[in-house]
Amino acid sequence: MENLLVAENIYKKFGGFTALNNVSISIPKGSIFGLLGPNGAGKTTLLRIINQITMPDEGQVFLDGKPLHPSDIAHIGYLPEERGLYKSMKVGEQALYLARLKGLSKAEAKARLEYWFKKLHIEGWWNKKIQELSKGMAQKVQFIITVLHKPKLLIFDEPFSGFDPVNAGLIKDEILQLKEEGATILFSTHRMESVEELCDYMALIHKSNKLLDGKVSEIKREYKSNTYEVGLEAENETELLKELNERFVLGKAKFQSINDDLKLTIQLQENETQNDLLTYLIGKARINHFVEVIPSVNDIFIKTVTQNA
Amino acid sequence: MRNLKLIIQREYLARVRNKTFIIMTFLSPLILVGMFALIAYLSMLNSSEQHIIGLYDETEMFSTEFIDAEEIQYLDLSDRSLEEAKTLVRNEGYYGLIYIPKNVGKGMENVAFYGKESPGFGTVQTLEKTIADRLTRQELVTRGVDLSELDDARRQVKLEIQNFSGERTSKMSNYIKMFFGGAAGYLLMMFIIIYGNMVMRSVIEEKTNRIIEIIVSSVKPIQLMMGKVLGTSLAGITQFSIWLLLGGVLSLISFYILGIDLFSVQKDQLANIEQVVQPEIAQLVVDVLNLPIFNLIIFFVIYFISGYFLYSAIYAAIGAAVDSETDTQQFMFPVILPLMLGIYVGFFSVIENPHGSIATIFSMIPLTSPIVMLMRIPFGVPWWELAISLGILILTNFAVIWLAAKIYRVGILMYGKKASYKELFKWLKY
Repeated sequence: MENLLVAENIYKKFGGFTALNNVSISIPKGSIFGLLGPNGAGKTTLLRIINQITMPDEGQVFLDGKPLHPSDIAHIGYLPEERGLYKSMKVGEQALYLARLKGLSKAEAKARLEYWFKKLHIEGWWNKKIQELSKGMAQKVQFIITVLHKPKLLIFDEPFSGFDPVNAGLIKDEILQLKEEGATILFSTHRMESVEELCDYMALIHKSNKLLDGKVSEIKREYKSNTYEVGLEAENETELLKELNERFVLGKAKFQSINDDLKLTIQLQENETQNDLLTYLIGKARINHFVEVIPSVNDIFIKTVTQNA
Repeated sequence: MRNLKLIIQREYLARVRNKTFIIMTFLSPLILVGMFALIAYLSMLNSSEQHIIGLYDETEMFSTEFIDAEEIQYLDLSDRSLEEAKTLVRNEGYYGLIYIPKNVGKGMENVAFYGKESPGFGTVQTLEKTIADRLTRQELVTRGVDLSELDDARRQVKLEIQNFSGERTSKMSNYIKMFFGGAAGYLLMMFIIIYGNMVMRSVIEEKTNRIIEIIVSSVKPIQLMMGKVLGTSLAGITQFSIWLLLGGVLSLISFYILGIDLFSVQKDQLANIEQVVQPEIAQLVVDVLNLPIFNLIIFFVIYFISGYFLYSAIYAAIGAAVDSETDTQQFMFPVILPLMLGIYVGFFSVIENPHGSIATIFSMIPLTSPIVMLMRIPFGVPWWELAISLGILILTNFAVIWLAAKIYRVGILMYGKKASYKELFKWLKY
């Protein structure tokens, strides 16, 4: 698949502190790309470089195959983590100003703002001042400003921080719809569950280095450990447990069940498959529950970070 | 360019619509004119107040010497005893009593003034001079000098100042030059302090509002900085114009209401002056017209703009370096210092010797040159000095704006970090 954005071998130092050390990412067109990493890993610096707010010491960024040019800001929408608005300015006026800075004409900006204000149910806010709005309300306005000029690439830095669950859901739906309409989306977060739900691709940055990247499904496949979660019912549970213990690496499992099961995780040898396990178990117990353990992004994150610590 | 225009527009409107700005624009001239009117009114009251001074003269020489004036009336009390005179003055609430003893002028001159409070400086001088004059003349007569001869022999000299090409100037001319130069320099300093601070506050506001990153993702930081400086200065010019206009109208109105008739005073004075010093007044007009008005205006504009830009860029950089206005203290001193220095050098050195080495040097140093040079220009500055000074100023302007933009670019994205000078130096290298 063609890449919309490619960042190649980016280095960035602030004085003696290395913020990014040879980081490269490629974002396929029309995908949602999650940039993961603990606080202070260098995510925001990378986003700022892509937005041409800071310049990299080394390395290059390509948009649509061409090196990034100042005029490309018209194709990028950026919602920074440190976001705010002019307190004493009216909502409509302010949105109009920011939209025009992105290159929209006054009439065009106004028409699109009206559409979006209606869509997010904030039509009545045009003449309100930002200081009268709550933080979540202001975030809606910021979101609109980010997407208003219909950029090819949307960049969200911690988009869900500060939203209540209802509005976070609303924004999540909007992001998915923007993807449907053809936008490519890059967002950074340290909240793993949002990556799980939204992202097709991800990269993990830790202490200025990229530790892994790729398709979320592939990464998960790579990180699974051939482990299964089972719920068994047997006449003699202690006997069964003893037998299993001799043959496999066992662990305790937790899941909802209506039966009085023996709940286990069973890790197989590399050359064994789930069918081998099933055949083995069938003669010995009733199998009420059988599922492969797929590592969550959170598990992968913790595992990679602790491995590299 | 389109974005720069948008930013200037926003900054201008944000300043001009600000409530404090509006209130200050219309209130300041009111307060200022009100203050002047009050002072004028009070001094008018003061001068129309009449003092009565009792005279107790043992020599009987002075009763004709003290002539009633508008403010002071004299009352001869010599026909009673000194104690009676004192009691009378005290009981009647008169201003005071002069006591001239019999042996005045012979050895110790113990003329005394009794009063509830010590008399004003002017009154003391008048009294002393009147008595001393009378005594001197008395003494001259005693020594055999004919007073009419003496008066006849008095001669008066008046210096006529000319330059080498034969143009006459008056003493007034120097005052006029000082006035024009001083006003220009002072105006620039005030403008820099008021609107430079406004630029700084607006940078800090953007930082604390966290809007800065949203904006610099669409425009270059230097565009934002220049837009801010330009927009704020346009707002400043608007405010200044309103002040001048409103101040003029208000002072006319208040003078009219309070009955301080400027024109009648001038007419009276002119009538007096016309006979005595008519050539002097004509000369004054010639002097004002002789000032290089055109050059003055051109250089005023050039120095005003470049001086203001230089300082605004520094103010913007300071704003970007800090998180709140309270942190600006450590950076403000080096900004205020050259401004103050410029004003002091201007008022003490330029007026004393407009072409002396101190004045010349300070009109070359870029941070003081706008103020000092503006004060020197009315006295006539050789073109090559202007060229050097302007050259240095403009080069410095570019350098400072470049450095300020670097600090600004880094500073606006730094949150919660207290900047030290060392830190700022590091930012320059990012």
